[in-house]
Amino acid sequence: MNYIFKTLAIISISLMALASKAEIQIYITEGRSDARPIAIVPFKFESESAVQGQPPFDFAKIIADDLRRSGKFNPTEISKLPQHPYSIDQVNLEQWRELGVDGVVYGTVSQTASGNYMVSYDLIDPFNDKAIFSADIEEGSYPLIPSSSHLMVLKTKVVDNDNFRWGAHIAADEIYEALTGERGAFATQIAYVEVNRNDPRPYQLFVADSDGFNAKRIFASRSPIMSPTWSPDSSQLSYVTFENGRSEIVIQDIASGQREIVASYKGFNSAPAWSPDGSKMVVVLSKDGNPELYLLELATKQLQRLTRHYAIDTEPSWAPDGKSLIFTSDRGGRPQIYRIRLADKKVDRVTFEGIHNAGAEFTPDGKSIVMVHQANGSYHIAAQDLATGQLTVLTKTTLDESLSIAPNGSMIIFSTVDGGQKVLSAVSMDGRFKARLPATVGEVKAPAWSPFIL
Amino acid sequence: MKRSVQLLLALTAALTLAACSTTKPEEEQVDTSAQDAAAQAEAEALARQRAAEEAERQRIAALLDNNVIYFDFDDDSIRSEYVEVLEAHAKYAQNSGKSVTLEGHADERGTPEYNLALGERRAKSVAQLMRTYGVSDSNIDVISFGEESPANPGHTEAAWQENRRVEIKYQ
Repeated sequence: MNYIFKTLAIISISLMALASKAEIQIYITEGRSDARPIAIVPFKFESESAVQGQPPFDFAKIIADDLRRSGKFNPTEISKLPQHPYSIDQVNLEQWRELGVDGVVYGTVSQTASGNYMVSYDLIDPFNDKAIFSADIEEGSYPLIPSSSHLMVLKTKVVDNDNFRWGAHIAADEIYEALTGERGAFATQIAYVEVNRNDPRPYQLFVADSDGFNAKRIFASRSPIMSPTWSPDSSQLSYVTFENGRSEIVIQDIASGQREIVASYKGFNSAPAWSPDGSKMVVVLSKDGNPELYLLELATKQLQRLTRHYAIDTEPSWAPDGKSLIFTSDRGGRPQIYRIRLADKKVDRVTFEGIHNAGAEFTPDGKSIVMVHQANGSYHIAAQDLATGQLTVLTKTTLDESLSIAPNGSMIIFSTVDGGQKVLSAVSMDGRFKARLPATVGEVKAPAWSPFIL
Repeated sequence: MKRSVQLLLALTAALTLAACSTTKPEEEQVDTSAQDAAAQAEAEALARQRAAEEAERQRIAALLDNNVIYFDFDDDSIRSEYVEVLEAHAKYAQNSGKSVTLEGHADERGTPEYNLALGERRAKSVAQLMRTYGVSDSNIDVISFGEESPANPGHTEAAWQENRRVEIKYQ
């Protein structure tokens, strides 16, 4: 493994798709030299309909861009592909072995008479002749030729114009998982706040696909919006709104647009954090004299106070098992991360390195936390292993804040300042892959990665 | 003999006339000058008092004009240079009976939620000082905007300085 060399490549991923323009673009600023080579062959297009159209997007390109954006794969340039197969019997394993790729993806997009698209695709490992997805193949239903024993993924999907891109993201997840053993997070969404000071409603909450496409405006306001967070079933967003002159917590159903204010107490109302089972939220209220954590039962709106300390207690984040929370407190003088057990309200300190640690989140496996760590006046994203206590700084940018972790734990998206603008940035959990996601208009902040969307 | 008698008579007449004519004006002059002096002194004193009041009014107005208090980084203590301003605002609030809203802000460094709490701490510091000058708690409203509503959206030290503030507003 080549840890030493970092390829600094600025690759602008073209977002000029036929029908959809992204609100945020993604620029890889630091790639890994050990990114695995993979070949994504342009899919063959067939049409059953009388009118020969074109598919709305390039299915293969969406897969390739997803895999490249994960930092773990380096899709081969199309001009270097030795052949363009679209079915298994056309595959020449020798040529692919010569190219030296870990996998080959090929397929077909067939436009049906009704205007939908049937997309079939395979993933082949040219070097490995163990058919991993043999369970998917019915006995006698698939040609038994040499290349079929190298099959890792064999899928067919029906998609339409509206979910075409989503289908490609699901395919990318399947391919990613087959090659890494880890669940992919391409079929996910990101919520974020865009601030455009020229707009009469400058503060806008958006939801976009994880690649920046299909940005949909959820809420626009003349007053600030903060801290969006997803419900575990990804059907709702909760966020802090100042639309009534002061901070209040609102829950909005994404599909219907219905909104409900769930906390509007004296003082400030902030930092909503949904419990893993979706039934509760921990919120931060200063109604009793200073900022404390409260457990809010969503069905009854009953409040249970969790912390009792005159210091600032804020930024709660649930452990995946729902039994404890980490939060930020300056009870020791400066902000540090603490943990509270829900059963007995016992509080323990978690961070001891650095004068200021805040805004922490658990990784999905519950074994580490990722936080905003101040060192020498700069604010970086850092990860701490909970078992060993070891802290690793992941970023070089200096005004990092508002982080959110992908549901598969592979990537962290966060807000930072770059080129004099507030932009979103992404860094892989090991810190070796970095990308920048500026908005096309205005400034972007407060990102929130959705859970896995089923 | 006749001539000297005539002269004597004339002289007597003249003297009498002079005596008559000078006695009254002398008395009036003495009265007026005393009154004038008193009135003048009074007027001068009044003018001085008015000038002093005007100067004080202008001083207070200048202090009240100053309705933004600035803070040091990561700090919520009130700098000594603002105590006079806050005293003026406190007195104004009491005398006018108006409600005062204190809006607390922070610069963008650090995390937004912690900065929301910091903004509130700053506004509460100001509230506490106003209470010591007699403003009742029920007349003070504290709102924090954290880092969400910067006075200067820039990303420099100068911009951050402008954002670490509490704004005093009246209903």
